[in-house]
Amino acid sequence: MKTNSILETGPADCHPASVPDYTPVAELRALQLHRLQAVVKRAWEQVKPFRARMDEIGLRPEQISSLDEIARLPFTVKSDLRDNYPFGLFASPMKDVVRLHASSGTTGKPIVVAYTKEDVDVWTSVLVRALAGCGLHRGDIIQVSYGYGLFTGGLGAHYGAEGLGAAVVPTSGGHADRQIMLMKDFGVTAICCTPTYFLHLIDRAVEMGVDMKELPLRAGVFGAEPWTDSMRQHIQAQSGIEAFDIYGLSEIIGPGVGCECRHHQGLHIFEDHFYPEIIDSETGEPLPDGMEGELVLTTLSKQAMPMIRYRTRDITTILTGQCECGRTIRRIGRIGRRSDDMLIIRGVNVFPSQVETALLQIEGTLPHYQILLTREQGLDQMEVRVEVTPQMFNDKIGAMQGLHKNLQGALDRVLGIRVRVALVEANTIERSEGKATRVIDRRTS
Amino acid sequence: MKIQQLSLFAENKPGHIAAPARLLAQEGIDLRALFLADTEEYGILRMIVKDWPKAAALLEAHGFTAKVTEVLAVEVADRPGGLAEVLGAIEGSGINIEYMYAFPYLRGDQAILIFRFNDPDAAIERLQAAGINLLASEELLK
Repeated sequence: MKTNSILETGPADCHPASVPDYTPVAELRALQLHRLQAVVKRAWEQVKPFRARMDEIGLRPEQISSLDEIARLPFTVKSDLRDNYPFGLFASPMKDVVRLHASSGTTGKPIVVAYTKEDVDVWTSVLVRALAGCGLHRGDIIQVSYGYGLFTGGLGAHYGAEGLGAAVVPTSGGHADRQIMLMKDFGVTAICCTPTYFLHLIDRAVEMGVDMKELPLRAGVFGAEPWTDSMRQHIQAQSGIEAFDIYGLSEIIGPGVGCECRHHQGLHIFEDHFYPEIIDSETGEPLPDGMEGELVLTTLSKQAMPMIRYRTRDITTILTGQCECGRTIRRIGRIGRRSDDMLIIRGVNVFPSQVETALLQIEGTLPHYQILLTREQGLDQMEVRVEVTPQMFNDKIGAMQGLHKNLQGALDRVLGIRVRVALVEANTIERSEGKATRVIDRRTS
Repeated sequence: MKIQQLSLFAENKPGHIAAPARLLAQEGIDLRALFLADTEEYGILRMIVKDWPKAAALLEAHGFTAKVTEVLAVEVADRPGGLAEVLGAIEGSGINIEYMYAFPYLRGDQAILIFRFNDPDAAIERLQAAGINLLASEELLK
């Protein structure tokens, strides 16, 4: 791992804003209950659809007298945000709103989220805590390569990095050559972007003859899509940086709901602001810490748009035990899959992340890939299209057939179903600057 | 003694070789020899070109998957038995031919055989001992 003088002389992984990370547990629970009661009351008073749902089940805010009783509250789901487009779930009048963000909305209406000045301050503070936990601080030069705009990634990371006191290079997404040139010329020490975009930058740097290992860049804070530990190993080996997983979603606040610390043992949830629960995604019943299920989050301090028991669809575990870093805030396991990106192929459950795991088993390859689903004569067919990188390419047909066979074998083993592997030319699978489109489903039911 | 060959990965679909060919043509890169190895789904286009560093950089910059490998160029008499003589020189040595292709020399009555051996150094030794002429890159591409 690379180090530089700032890291060696600077504070370990702390910032004055990080103090809440270390709140004694009893005190933290008391604070959470106090904030939960306030946010439920606020939503009940200000958000008509929430009040209607509470009335339906005959529940009043003052009946929530302990944290466990959060389970009595109704869930909020993504379609609630769509159904109340654009401002139906706001708890603040527009005069108090200072920012609006929206999802890209590929189908139908986007979802809209709002922030008051206080909300933006909270968002900034959790990102400061996240970045400080990654060992970043004043004096660092942080390149923000998340898209700036309606997407929460760019502006969120920007405010956080500025709040930390770092120098921000707001490159936004795109223009990989320029990103690499600035990274090199400015002596950038950390980058925030999606893991797939960073993989793209690694590839492009090689093509440009830039050795990332020689640059001052020492940390990457990657989020907005699920990625695996094998991908982390690959990124770290190729670029010499330390790669951190950051978690967030616009519905809750944006990036900064949780983040890894330097121990990389799960993501600390800034639970003084975002209360985590794990539920059984089939029954909706709460599950104890340590059990895997769907992550549900409640915003404890959000003003403009409180989210009560928002179902994230992300599958994870609340980890038990304390992290070696000493933070008392709980951690969740890294998110490998979402309850709604599960594919059912010929009756077998398949997650796109399993395909990545299989591809990574073949030494030295982390190619771009895409899953194509079709239906032939009533039977589901799954094709995994894999781009041939220069590292994988060999001028001997036998070696290419061997690679093909190895990929096929690894996929069959991991997925448990027969899939077709197609080796395709480099740069023929569509890239997006943000999240990768991993699945194309052409099955018509 | 070794010469550089440029290999390119291409899907076995109509038009997939046209784009790289056009690119090389635009930059005035002359193909000296060309061989396509193919399977049902994809192929490997192997090329001997004069300015291979430029061609490799060009293909890479345009997003093609290309690789430079070292092969041997053997000069043989362009007459019946020419190939058999060369193969005779390595017979019984355990050296394996991974692939080969041939093209007529532009000058005289010689043909050129391009070989990828599993052990090129041993092959060079055997061939030279048998008095067979291996062409250096400058000779082949002049």
